[in-house]
Amino acid sequence: MTADPTGAPARPRSATTAMLDVRGLQKIYEGRGRSVEAVRDLTFTVAAGELVCIVGPSGAGKTTLLRCIAGLLDTTAGEVVLEGERVTGPPPGMAVVFQEYGRSLFPWMTVRQNVELPLKEKKVPKDRRRRLVQDSLEAVGLADAQDAHPWQLSGGMQQRVAIARAVAYEPHLLLMDEPFAAVDAQTRADLEDLVRSLWQRLGVTVLFVTHDIDESVYLGQRVIVLSNSPTVVLEDVPIDLPAERDQLTTRSLPRFAELRSHVYELIQLAKSGHRPA
Amino acid sequence: MSLMNAARKILLALAVPVLLVAGWWLATAGSASFFWPPLGQILTAFADTWFSARFVTDVLPSLGRLLAGYLGAVVLGVALGTAIGSSRTLRGLLEPVLEFFRAIPSPVLVPILMLFAGIGDGMKILVIVSGCVWPVLLNTVEGVRALDEVLGDTARSYRMRRHSRLIHLVLPGAGPQIAAGARQALSIGIILMVISEMFAASNGLGFTIIQFQRSFAIPQMWSGIILLGLVGIVLSMAFRAVEARLLRWYTGLRTAQREG
Ligand SMILES: Nc1ncnc2c1ncn2[C@@H]1O[C@H](COP(=O)(O)OP(=O)(O)OP(=O)(O)O)[C@@H](O)[C@H]1O
Ligand SMILES: [Mg+2]
Repeated sequence: MTADPTGAPARPRSATTAMLDVRGLQKIYEGRGRSVEAVRDLTFTVAAGELVCIVGPSGAGKTTLLRCIAGLLDTTAGEVVLEGERVTGPPPGMAVVFQEYGRSLFPWMTVRQNVELPLKEKKVPKDRRRRLVQDSLEAVGLADAQDAHPWQLSGGMQQRVAIARAVAYEPHLLLMDEPFAAVDAQTRADLEDLVRSLWQRLGVTVLFVTHDIDESVYLGQRVIVLSNSPTVVLEDVPIDLPAERDQLTTRSLPRFAELRSHVYELIQLAKSGHRPA
Repeated sequence: MSLMNAARKILLALAVPVLLVAGWWLATAGSASFFWPPLGQILTAFADTWFSARFVTDVLPSLGRLLAGYLGAVVLGVALGTAIGSSRTLRGLLEPVLEFFRAIPSPVLVPILMLFAGIGDGMKILVIVSGCVWPVLLNTVEGVRALDEVLGDTARSYRMRRHSRLIHLVLPGAGPQIAAGARQALSIGIILMVISEMFAASNGLGFTIIQFQRSFAIPQMWSGIILLGLVGIVLSMAFRAVEARLLRWYTGLRTAQREG
């Protein structure tokens, strides 16, 4: 693939180097006398530097998939390969932004300490650590809130802290699980643009799980639509919208409407239990 | 305004103690009863008894043993509690046993511990440890067990090592529960300090109070009881000061949740 149909930002990228390879992933939760097959058979590849959205009906196993990729959950069958290495535990070079932002920040630490802690863990030298913290908090517009505690901030601000923490970590792969589900519409739009601009600036690979069809089409270069549980890939939809997106113009493009209704139909199919042949 | 508030708070906090003391004073002012001497007499005895060499020979050793036993119990309880709370297997194995040991009143251990540890400071410290450790231990287990899963996943995903997970996640996260246990342990510790000295001792607050009682030094005996109460108040104030410092985030969080 030489010409990128999405007109992605000008930075070196090759679709042949897979950042993430999910092969035949299956996850069965074993409970007391009851087992739930959440994910049946998922196979897809994400190239380095891509921004891929994953949508699917509620309960489709999106969180399960993300936790398997993050190495937080053992797979039943199949494998996850990240940068050529099979994932068995949380890999280096990966950051996760959880849906429950309020619960993923350490309440006994200030904003700065929250962002800095993973860097200390990674043994980043002090000077560089300072700069990374400063830069990432500025990028999410929270440079003034460094000394506040998370519970002194609004929901949207807390989620921005979680994003800043992930960004400061300089991950190769950024996983986001419905990160904006609980913030108001305006904040949500701002955070979407924030993710797009950080992605374009940093060249990080992003896997973004969402409920929201519009959001997936607006954000992604590809949208992977999942069937309902036990989950398989229903369709991998390339999003051929211009790379420069903004809330007003992009969302009013006829192509946006087409893609949106296509994904919408797929989700309706998924909900009704349709599965690929 | 806030000054007025503070003044009002202090007045309110002092009102009942002042009333009680005044009541005691009036009720016993003309008392001729041997066992209920006038409060004035008790207070004189208080000054004579405790603002003297006794402070060094009896009060300080008692407090020293209390502190050693209490701090030992907190360290032990938090260490064991963290280990047990972090491991489902350990919890399953030990929880019934822990409940059993906790149910044994520590004073009955005094005669047994005397057999092993003699009647010196070691025995008394052991008695205090054996009583104080349970609330700390069980609360720590509970606090560690109830740590937020998402926080745990966050720590794992950023590959936090075991010891930094302990310092940055487990201990602060369980902090409010640990503090609750430590607060219970403090009052248990004071009781056990006194009891351990009543059995067999050559000095200490409990020992001295029993001595006064046996030699019918009634005002002195009363003054010892008052001193015990004061020790309790001072220690609990010190505890609250430390707690307020260490758990400032928690108070803030709770306030924010209540308002939001
Ligand atoms: N720990 C667990 N034990 C047993 N079953 C589970 C567990 N976690 C999830 N499941 C089941 O697996 C399926 C997929 O759940 P998952 O949370 O991955 O879905 P999701 O797509 O993230 O849903 P949502 O959009 O509502 O967040 C569901 O049927 C759920 O009941
Ligand atoms: Mg989910």
